[in-house]
Amino acid sequence: MTDGGRKKVASALAPLQLSGEHHLCPGCGHPVAWRLLLEVIAELQLAGRAIGVVGHGCYTNIVQLADIDFLQCLHGRAPAVATGVKRVQPEAAVFTLQGDGDVASEGLAEVLHAAARGERITTIMLNNGVFGDTGGQMTAASVIGQRTKTSLDGRDAETHGYPVPVADLVASLAGSAYVARGSVNHAGSIAQTKRYMKRAFELAVGGVGFTFVEVLTMCPTGWFLPTADGPGYLDGTFEQTYPLGVLKDCR
Amino acid sequence: MTLIRGTVSIDVERCKGCELCIAACPPGVLSMSSETNENGYRFPLLESGCTACRACRDVCPDYCFEVFRFDRPVVA
Repeated sequence: MTDGGRKKVASALAPLQLSGEHHLCPGCGHPVAWRLLLEVIAELQLAGRAIGVVGHGCYTNIVQLADIDFLQCLHGRAPAVATGVKRVQPEAAVFTLQGDGDVASEGLAEVLHAAARGERITTIMLNNGVFGDTGGQMTAASVIGQRTKTSLDGRDAETHGYPVPVADLVASLAGSAYVARGSVNHAGSIAQTKRYMKRAFELAVGGVGFTFVEVLTMCPTGWFLPTADGPGYLDGTFEQTYPLGVLKDCR
Repeated sequence: MTLIRGTVSIDVERCKGCELCIAACPPGVLSMSSETNENGYRFPLLESGCTACRACRDVCPDYCFEVFRFDRPVVA
């Protein structure tokens, strides 16, 4: 639309987004990932048959501002519930939206078995290395040296063990069709992450297999950082442990 | 002389003052206000030189930006 010599090239909200109001902290990366998710669903014309399954975390707030169907399940069990939804509604575009606490700590078995079975669903894992919703505790995906409420001196391998690279585990299973890892800390990586999500939905809806996109996001509150330092911290720590890119594309 | 290719609208009341847009702006034409909105947060202000690249809109977690491109660039 041209309006007095100017054309709108980007709206604040994604299609399917009912509101921009949310309670997440300043500098949080999750809302950026929400917008990508909703843009992808709209662009692939899946709105009418998309069913999201969410675990527990700050990101769960998406159910209040997105105009698609969601259901919430027990912590970590989203891939198991999504399996049931997909099997009784094979035409639905079923996806899970989960955090790293949900996937890596609470529900590692569910995501790995769903991947091994080759369920035609997509899992989006927002990885910020903390249980943000419950106050910022360490998760199985927290990186070495990361300060959290339960690792105030930094995650130490000898005490806390090593981070679990869920995407790499999923990629090693024959049932997974597509695995990628993106981030939302820079405009360029945001655009790339959207491409990853789009490919993941296309392959799962197309019946090729289980697809998984890990999205590294900022949690300056949980990281004890000024908001503006979040993107740089992600570059220097998380992206060293979890390199970005496509880990697997089709079996 | 600055070539202005576009502009943004900023919902300052929705802003939570995270400043991610400031670093993301390639031409560096966003700066934080000294005053605050009703929630007590400082918010970004646009100076001249916007290229309508959308980077601010893409990185903003609070959906504050809409981006417009001028039919013809403006010289300021």
